Amino acid sequence: MRTISLAIFLFAFWLALSGHYTFALVGAGLLSAVLCALAARHMLVVDPEGHPFQLLKGMVTYLPWLAWEIVKSAWAVTRIILHPGLPISPTMTRVQASQRSAAGIATYGNSITLTPGTLTVGLTNSELVVHALTRDGALDLESGRMDRRVSKFEGTL
Amino acid sequence: MALLIDVASGVLIAAGCFFILVGAFGLVRMPDVYTRAHGTSIIDTVGAGFLLMGLMLQAGWSLVTLKLLFVLAISFFTLPVVAHALAQAALHENITPKLAEDRRTRALGKDAPTGTGDESGKA
Amino acid sequence: MMFAGAAAALLVAFALAALRAIKGPTVFDRALAGNTVGSLAILLLAVFGFLTGRPEFLDIALTYGLLNLIGTLAVLKFFRHGDLAYDADEGKEP
Repeated sequence: MRTISLAIFLFAFWLALSGHYTFALVGAGLLSAVLCALAARHMLVVDPEGHPFQLLKGMVTYLPWLAWEIVKSAWAVTRIILHPGLPISPTMTRVQASQRSAAGIATYGNSITLTPGTLTVGLTNSELVVHALTRDGALDLESGRMDRRVSKFEGTL
Repeated sequence: MALLIDVASGVLIAAGCFFILVGAFGLVRMPDVYTRAHGTSIIDTVGAGFLLMGLMLQAGWSLVTLKLLFVLAISFFTLPVVAHALAQAALHENITPKLAEDRRTRALGKDAPTGTGDESGKA
Repeated sequence: MMFAGAAAALLVAFALAALRAIKGPTVFDRALAGNTVGSLAILLLAVFGFLTGRPEFLDIALTYGLLNLIGTLAVLKFFRHGDLAYDADEGKEP
């Protein structure tokens, strides 16, 4: 089931990138998509972690929220960079990730890094070490607002 | 209508260029390697995002738009990996960050403050 | 006109990143600057495709985006372990 879905996704990717729709090229694309899906299945990487199409549903609402967070904090960092006094107060902190699965924790860490002003440095079990550009950014992260949102995203799996 | 799209894409491209320049400026201005990484993350997120959105408006509904979307997705997925690997490698080489405040030793929930947090597993 | 302005802004950003690569006191500053140059190159390729009316450049941009990740990770791995074939499971450092 998951192998068929992977083959369909790969074939759609081929069609999007190629742009030429002759019989030979589309046939070659179909053949290589199926062969790749079978090879991936043989390597036992076609599992919920290797081909996570169940994430798509939660992505629809999570990505716009993340984009808005990124724009907000990017504007804050822009003001700091352009400020003549460079008012930074670098802070390192630890936060607890409340997600259950490895994919959830990875999503949380990557979301932290994608947001300008905060940067995931290390990870032990479910504790993230975070470098923040300002003290306010670190405190905002410690309040667990993003952690709860990512847990909600994980709950839609 | 065509004029409206031109104006909208012009505004988006200008915003993207502004954020890219700010990010590059931050890369030069910040004091140490960890804070510089924050500067580059502006380039890869909002800078690339606004610029590519402006280009998408110019391209209209075609395969080019889809390819621009792929470029944006690649930039969004690779930035955290590189930034995390870079910061972890720098910390591993004992390059101490200039900190105003170190809150790594604060108590986390129920467990007492143990290690310094430097001992990070392979992600 | 719009695309030429965007390309000019990208070139200025290139110059700033190159300045950091030359000045950067540690090797990680240089790796960061190199990665920044890479992601700016992706954007410049996309803009250049529109500037010359040849969207085929976007394919190169996609490939470059993937190569940029691998290149930066290889450089970081080399400077952290001194060996590209380092394997943590082997226990001892080679």
